[in-house]
Amino acid sequence: MTAVFTPIGDQVKQDLQDTGPPLKDRGFRWMLFAGLSVGIITLVALLVFVFLEGYPRLTPTLWQNMPSIRFPEKAGAQSAIMGSIWVIVTTAVICMPVGVMAAIYLEEYGNPTRRFDRIVEINIQNLAAVPSIVYGILGLGVIARAFALGQTVITAALTLSLLVLPVVIISSREAIRAVPQSIRAGSLALGATRWQTIWKQVLPASIPGIATGAILALSRAIGEAAPLLLLGAVTFITFNPDGLMSSYTVMPIQIYNWISQSREEFQVLAAALCILLLAILLVMNAFAIYLRNKFQRRW
Amino acid sequence: MPAFEFFQTVPITDFLFGTEWAPLFADPEFGVLPLVSGTLVITGIACLVALPIGLLLTAMYLSEYAADKTRRTLKPILEILAGIPTVIFGFFALEFVTAVLLKNIWPQTEVFNALSAGLVMGVMIIPTVASLSEDAMSAVPRGLREGAYALGSSRRQVTLKVVVPAALSGIVAAFVLGVSRAIGETMIVAVAAGLQPNLSLNVFEGMQTMTSFIAAAGSGDQPTGSIGYQTIFAVGALLFLMTLVMNLFSIRMVRKYREVYE
Amino acid sequence: MVKRELTNQMEEVEMSVEMGDQVLGSGTTAPARAAGVTKASRQVSDPVMDLQKVHVFYGDYEAVREVDLPIASREITAFIGPSGCGKSTLLRSFNRMNDLIPGARVEGKVLYHGVDIYGPDVDAIEVRRRVGMVFQKPNPFPKSIFDNIAYGPRVLGRSKKDMDGIVEQSLTRAALWDEVKDKLDESGMALSGGQQQRLCIARCIAVNPDIILMDEPCASLDPIATAKIEDLMRELAEDYTIVIVTHNMQQAARVADRTAFFTAEVDGQNVRHGRLVEFDLTEDIFLNPRRSTEDYISGRFG
Repeated sequence: MTAVFTPIGDQVKQDLQDTGPPLKDRGFRWMLFAGLSVGIITLVALLVFVFLEGYPRLTPTLWQNMPSIRFPEKAGAQSAIMGSIWVIVTTAVICMPVGVMAAIYLEEYGNPTRRFDRIVEINIQNLAAVPSIVYGILGLGVIARAFALGQTVITAALTLSLLVLPVVIISSREAIRAVPQSIRAGSLALGATRWQTIWKQVLPASIPGIATGAILALSRAIGEAAPLLLLGAVTFITFNPDGLMSSYTVMPIQIYNWISQSREEFQVLAAALCILLLAILLVMNAFAIYLRNKFQRRW
Repeated sequence: MPAFEFFQTVPITDFLFGTEWAPLFADPEFGVLPLVSGTLVITGIACLVALPIGLLLTAMYLSEYAADKTRRTLKPILEILAGIPTVIFGFFALEFVTAVLLKNIWPQTEVFNALSAGLVMGVMIIPTVASLSEDAMSAVPRGLREGAYALGSSRRQVTLKVVVPAALSGIVAAFVLGVSRAIGETMIVAVAAGLQPNLSLNVFEGMQTMTSFIAAAGSGDQPTGSIGYQTIFAVGALLFLMTLVMNLFSIRMVRKYREVYE
Repeated sequence: MVKRELTNQMEEVEMSVEMGDQVLGSGTTAPARAAGVTKASRQVSDPVMDLQKVHVFYGDYEAVREVDLPIASREITAFIGPSGCGKSTLLRSFNRMNDLIPGARVEGKVLYHGVDIYGPDVDAIEVRRRVGMVFQKPNPFPKSIFDNIAYGPRVLGRSKKDMDGIVEQSLTRAALWDEVKDKLDESGMALSGGQQQRLCIARCIAVNPDIILMDEPCASLDPIATAKIEDLMRELAEDYTIVIVTHNMQQAARVADRTAFFTAEVDGQNVRHGRLVEFDLTEDIFLNPRRSTEDYISGRFG
């Protein structure tokens, strides 16, 4: 290397002079922030638009009345709201135990070097990314037709359970993994069996985490419309479900139905039901966050 | 499987390369290309939105520029965006983006059009791709950043020349996963892009996608064993295969990426 | 240039230093505590870098307390001392790398050719272009060997046609050219640890800095690779000013012209602060440790 840098005195001062970040850097920073804002602005625009559009119909008739095609001014969404409740509760009852069991198996008994377990792992990751409408096709072909359960609450719940199961499993595994080994070792050292350790120590300690994950999974299920389109929820329903084998409709599908109507009043109704659905989701998410913060333990 | 029965009736080449899609008509046509092209056009628009905005800008800002506190506020906001039911996005696309924005800018816009569905879908996948690629960028070891700063790089240079290249496979994985979500998305396109199979690149026209065909055909009561019932499965199988390949690729990329820096 | 053939004589001193510092601590004359810096350091004329009453904080925690230290041009200055004594932290204030850590803050003056680099209108990026750094763990970019070297010149906007020359010169200077000239397109991460570290040194030389900071550059290397780096440092000291942080006292004795000895002082609230105990020609530090300040060393740790 020929010339080595040997600065002196004022020259150094001048060289080190801060002229502010060059235009390029400032522009770049500005561009990044603008990019970030797009997502946030859209979110705000969406919420504001839906709220303004739907506010006039956010009245008790929305949840007191049944849907009607001819009288939009009197139409409500009670059957859809009750349908959503039936479907989601059934989904929770089905997917929670199955998901938690699977998570326990994978975390406590599974062995990542075993071929079978590895394949299961990759499949779970993969299933989480399968399009929801494909689950609808599965529900239609297998549950509704092959098992002949028909277009009922139970079919919808089983299909949605399959859909959110990967999410439940993944979040339950994380919760179980967060329980320190020392707790397991302590229990086993007292002579407890492996199952007793899991049942009495590991599970209670990981319940907040599991519950948080489950609520988030169910909040995905409650907003899901695509698979249910194939499972009969589109039918015009003006009664509340009265059992697992009952026909049903749910809120997102009712929104879809109303959007498809040409009369302007139905768009307002759709927006009003959107607000209700968003509010329910907000409550569920807030509850999940509350659970997480309240029970988050520092081991 | 009904998909197999379908391919006993319709030759697979007709299905894959036919340009006419009218399975439920008296004189049925089973060329899936219009559905595939509709899917790709809308997904393409979504990518044009989500790739620069979600992947690069948002993720780079969160990972390299935002202070810790800012990041902790912004990430949950983006997650809210990810949690909004897609039917509401569809409503927003139809009633706001098309009716309020596009109609006024380009009056030739049809009520159902690919553009608004694509744009809104792009925003919908921003949180997914931004959060995954931000994870990848944050996982780039500190040492690399410090090395670059010690050579007199600006933050922009460190971000563009060191962090992004080093996180590239993770970023690609995030993007592929986002594309796969866009391809599989149903409600936005069913609401905002219309149900007319249309082999065209004109984004102001309506287009049917694979997913919205399945939704439309499945909403009617197709008798088991009928050709209409079977088409649902055939199109579904194609959709599943496309997304499966992308997801597997994405999972692989993430693993590869993790191995480099463990 | 100061002679560095101290190694053999150093062995014994080094042993005792590690065993509890009795040699350094026992039988000293009156300590020169207040000054912190001893007489010999005054002999540094026209320092490249001059620290005046420098304190480094992380938030409220004072990691380094009041250091006065001149760095002589084209010499090697070593920082030694137990871990947690703030020597790396101090080193990182030489090129404002501390700026990148949220909450880090420097008080006092860090004069570079008389200009305070923490002054209000100084551009940290310009400082780092003149004060390069090599890190404890080799950190080549996941790019080709060529691109690793070319990174800095490109950032500085050097033209493409100079690049081949710069890369060859820098690698030659870092004694790596012969080993890698046939595989410049291969990843820098595929090299051995020692080669990676020399690649990082070459990368640093390629932007032609004035000072090279080395933060325990041999900490993750085997003895043979370490010896190569030490040879390289001695050669580089012909043209560059080098400041090296090391845990290894023998290394300081082998390569450094001057040595600064740091320690961790515990204050009334039981909080540790790094302090400069003694700064002198390396020979004097190791051969006449009696002059070092006794009350720091005896009994404080051991």
